[in-house]
Amino acid sequence: MNSKKSQKIAFIFLLLATLLIIVPVGLIIAIIIQKGLPGISWEFLSDIPRKGMRAGGIFPAIVGTLYLVSGAIIFALPIGLFSAIYLSEYAKDNFLTRIIKLAIVNLAGVPSVVYGLFGLALFVVFFKFGASILSGSLTLGIMILPLIITASREALESVPYSFREVSWSLGASKWQTIRNIVLPNAIPGILTGTILGLGRAAGETAPILFTVAAFYLPQLPRSIFNQAMALPYHLYVISTQVPNVDEKIRYGTALVLLTMVLFMNLIAVVIRYKFRKKKKW
Amino acid sequence: MAKFSIRELDIWFHQVHALSQASLEIESNEILSIIGPSRSGKTTFLRMLNRLNELERGFRMSGKVEMDAKDIMTEDRELIRKKVGMVFALPLPLPLSIFDNVAYGPRMHGVKSKKKLEEITEDTLKKAYLWDEVKDRLRVSAFKLSGGQQQRLCIARTLAVSPQVVLFDEPCSGLDPISTAKVEEAMLKLKENYTIVLVTNNVKQAARVGDKTAFFLSGELIEMGDTQKIFTAPKDKRTEDYISGKFG
Repeated sequence: MNSKKSQKIAFIFLLLATLLIIVPVGLIIAIIIQKGLPGISWEFLSDIPRKGMRAGGIFPAIVGTLYLVSGAIIFALPIGLFSAIYLSEYAKDNFLTRIIKLAIVNLAGVPSVVYGLFGLALFVVFFKFGASILSGSLTLGIMILPLIITASREALESVPYSFREVSWSLGASKWQTIRNIVLPNAIPGILTGTILGLGRAAGETAPILFTVAAFYLPQLPRSIFNQAMALPYHLYVISTQVPNVDEKIRYGTALVLLTMVLFMNLIAVVIRYKFRKKKKW
Repeated sequence: MAKFSIRELDIWFHQVHALSQASLEIESNEILSIIGPSRSGKTTFLRMLNRLNELERGFRMSGKVEMDAKDIMTEDRELIRKKVGMVFALPLPLPLSIFDNVAYGPRMHGVKSKKKLEEITEDTLKKAYLWDEVKDRLRVSAFKLSGGQQQRLCIARTLAVSPQVVLFDEPCSGLDPISTAKVEEAMLKLKENYTIVLVTNNVKQAARVGDKTAFFLSGELIEMGDTQKIFTAPKDKRTEDYISGKFG
């Protein structure tokens, strides 16, 4: 076989593989939009579920998901960012540091249902927060911590070392350098990682299953110690636990959840794009 | 009195012996040029003077470096770096405006008054021969400047914290001859008020601007003396071979 021919064959295979990725993504989005769009209305978005969730809207689930996602980020962003700063700027490269980094990588690989079980044992039972927004947010927060730490570390380490040297050579301390030079240039990357974490937290079912999610709750939660409904769990419930739910309600719920997650990812993409255009080194 | 007095200085990075038994004195208000091939330890020596080496992994040292008769290793690290400024090999503006680049150092040392910062900026940009070229666009990003302008901006930024010593680490390696001439002009003017140590790969540059010249080879100080003497009557054969271009 001559080189031109083999080049052509390789090209076709690579292209096919790439196209193969687009097909399922496109199909999922198309089907959900096609089946879900008829169910979307102002009433659907703003009303509570009625008639055993076979009618009415999904407002409490939307609000619940927003609460959970905000709670998770309030908890996970500062801790994740601080530990990322410590690991990339201060920690010496020794055995302990390597163990910590390894632990973070492994934390990202833990199945989400295990986080759910862990949240149940620690927050619900041990700290006696009960099944509540607090427990659920903390569980989701722990789940997205590795994501935030990894993204923040990458963002911090992408700031050129020479900038730090310049700052030190002018007599600035390490912390001054981090605050004035490293962090401002790393923030877009940190934000991107955080938003991707938010999307992940919004979509997971297993971690909230035991820690917060209510099967059916016609009123909105009044404090962080209340249970709440949440979109992914609600979708699970009306798809498998309640018979005879109209298809457009199920797909409508899926569409709302998908839109929320994709919208967050879109924001992350926009931030990254803007930053890349502005980047000067 | 000598500004720096270095005695039996040894530096290692992990197992690599980067500098061995260097002893020399650096006088105030002079330019000391340090020449030598790459990996001769000249940059390591330079970065010792403002304590940048110790941030590298595996750094170890022995011997003594005294500035104004005080051991720099026992002084406050940030204070030493304020007194001993550095201009790096490549122009390294911070991702800030021209003004903020110059004002960065003073701000870190607590200067808040806008008027004072403007004074410092104008004064140091003039000393670096850059003021006339940038005075109308101080708020523009420093990355908009040409390479030679950026390097002079870096000089101004270094001067802004009022150092006593300025270290130049091959400051012209990325510049064209005209920009190089401007940087050299700035250096010659600066030695009236500052002590200057210049590491350079360009032997001719050492001859042009150095009052004294030191030749490093494989981590050893081979010879040091008046520039005139080093270039006309070097004592060591290796120095002669290097400056006449036989190796390096």
